[in-house]
Amino acid sequence: MSSEKTLAGAAESGKLPAPILEARGLVKHYGHITALDGTDFDLRAGEVLGLVGDNGAGKSTLIKALSGAIIPDAGEILLDGQKVSFQSPHDARVAGIETVYQDLAVAPALDIASNMYLGREVRRKDLLGVLFRKLDYGYMRETATRHLMELGIGLKSVRQTMETLSGGQRQAVAVARAAAWGRRIIIMDEPTAALGVRQSGQVLELVQRIRARGLAVVLISHNMPQVFEVADRIYILRLGRRAAVLRPQDTTMADVVSIMVGAIEGDVSGRGPGAGATPTAAPSGYSLTSLDPHRS
Amino acid sequence: MTEQTPRLGSVDATPALQPGEPVWQVLLRSPVAGPLTALLLACLVFSLGTPTFFRTENISLIFQQSVVVGTLALGQTLIILTAGIDLANGSIAVLGMVVMAKYAVEGGDPIVALLLGFAVCMVMAGVSGTIVSRFNLPPFIVTLGMLTAIAASTRLYSSSTSYTVSPSLLTWLGNSIKVGGATVPYSIFVWLALFAGAHYVLTQTAAGRHIFAVGDNIEAARLAGIDVKRTLLAVYVAAGAIYAIGAWEALGRIPVADPNGYATANLNSITAVVIGGTSLFGGRGGVFGTLIGTLIVAVLGNGLTQAGIDSLYQQVAIGILVIVAVAVDQLVRRRRAS
Repeated sequence: MSSEKTLAGAAESGKLPAPILEARGLVKHYGHITALDGTDFDLRAGEVLGLVGDNGAGKSTLIKALSGAIIPDAGEILLDGQKVSFQSPHDARVAGIETVYQDLAVAPALDIASNMYLGREVRRKDLLGVLFRKLDYGYMRETATRHLMELGIGLKSVRQTMETLSGGQRQAVAVARAAAWGRRIIIMDEPTAALGVRQSGQVLELVQRIRARGLAVVLISHNMPQVFEVADRIYILRLGRRAAVLRPQDTTMADVVSIMVGAIEGDVSGRGPGAGATPTAAPSGYSLTSLDPHRS
Repeated sequence: MTEQTPRLGSVDATPALQPGEPVWQVLLRSPVAGPLTALLLACLVFSLGTPTFFRTENISLIFQQSVVVGTLALGQTLIILTAGIDLANGSIAVLGMVVMAKYAVEGGDPIVALLLGFAVCMVMAGVSGTIVSRFNLPPFIVTLGMLTAIAASTRLYSSSTSYTVSPSLLTWLGNSIKVGGATVPYSIFVWLALFAGAHYVLTQTAAGRHIFAVGDNIEAARLAGIDVKRTLLAVYVAAGAIYAIGAWEALGRIPVADPNGYATANLNSITAVVIGGTSLFGGRGGVFGTLIGTLIVAVLGNGLTQAGIDSLYQQVAIGILVIVAVAVDQLVRRRRAS
């Protein structure tokens, strides 16, 4: 108990926020390919962690393990210091971890509200809902609208189908959906890969807004300037292991790339005084409109 | 960090979202706008062009001619919405009819006969659904195989003979009531009730949203936590139950279970679905369009006959309509994608 209190106290003072999500010694083999080779990982409350690495470094495997999409062969994952074992993405979602997938997992012919509530539709509470499973469209549309506005996403109507939106708007809705349901952590796999410069900038601003609302974000990106722009810490993965964890202000893009490709050795500790995250905004707790009728 | 509010691709300057939009816009955008216009136009032309078309008795006849294929088309719609297709629906219904009729003719209880027919149809459609969902095989090929196997099995089972059922529960849907001087068999009410029920499930329940999502983007549906395999299987089994109702309606219309009957019902049902505006690529459309599509086919056939025109022209017209419907669907999809 006492050690927990110290950690919490440290988090409040903003010096060393406690890791909200931790992984120790993750191993994952695909046949005789080793994707994760004893990977350690830590994500702290209220930070944006940039996850970078060369192709095949194991980025996707790592986030799949953290989001429950795969089960690691060895190692453990801790959420708020408690050991967890996700058997499916559903388990991770229940624990408050949402993932925004690279290939934009939205249904284009469905409207925005339906997409934000896909798989989590809310039924009416009256007899129609109980007996005939009638959905509460009014509630879902209203809440989705409010949530999008809070994130500064301006759209004509949540009744628009996704296919009428631009690529940036679709990505914004996907990110907003994750932010709405993720109570703690949002994992984003290359959210700007398919976007133009302006739209990428908008998504990055959205990432910062989500952090300001107290959620921790793991941002996977190939785009080094973007990582340096928004990340509080940069985690470099190489050959399935943590090669270094750096703060953007302590390093340069050239160095990060060198560590990525193995040209120079990284600082594996990532826990030195310099590497401690000092989030720009202290975690303010969850303050977004929840889409979930059971939590609002 | 900038101070300005990022408004992602905002469409207008005001941040307020408009939850509603004018009704006429929604109607115009509605996918049934085209089919409905075509149906009303056809009815108008035939009403003005022939003295016999617009009579209650004739309207009732059009519905009676639509009911079996229309019911099969309803099940077909559910499957096409999941980006599938069912070439075996006619043969499943015929097998159901033969099972019901044979059991009753050989002295079995009509209630048991009816239940057996339902079970057979649901199992057969369930087999298609299982293969499609578990083994990820293309529905076109799976149901083509099922069509061949079921049609042949039906002939083997019946020794290629027809069974004529005597009036009983099996022909009950053929009973009718008088509505405004026209005879309206129960089967029409059953058909319309089925449409209303399916429409409700598709538009008002989570199960309906999931069917659209699976057909629209199966990977997104999976990642959203929807049990995609269960949804697919449930759709095929539900379609099987609807085919069984179609078989029941068919026995009410003509109390003969002919193993060689309804040979083109599968293609006719697909025609009705496509003309009704449901996309063959899945994820868009609905059963209301299929109702209209079925009626368009029947109205064209009936109207041209009333006008004394060779019914082969009906088939020419239907063929052109199918191509137009698919072209419109492609156009809409392409325009929205860009």
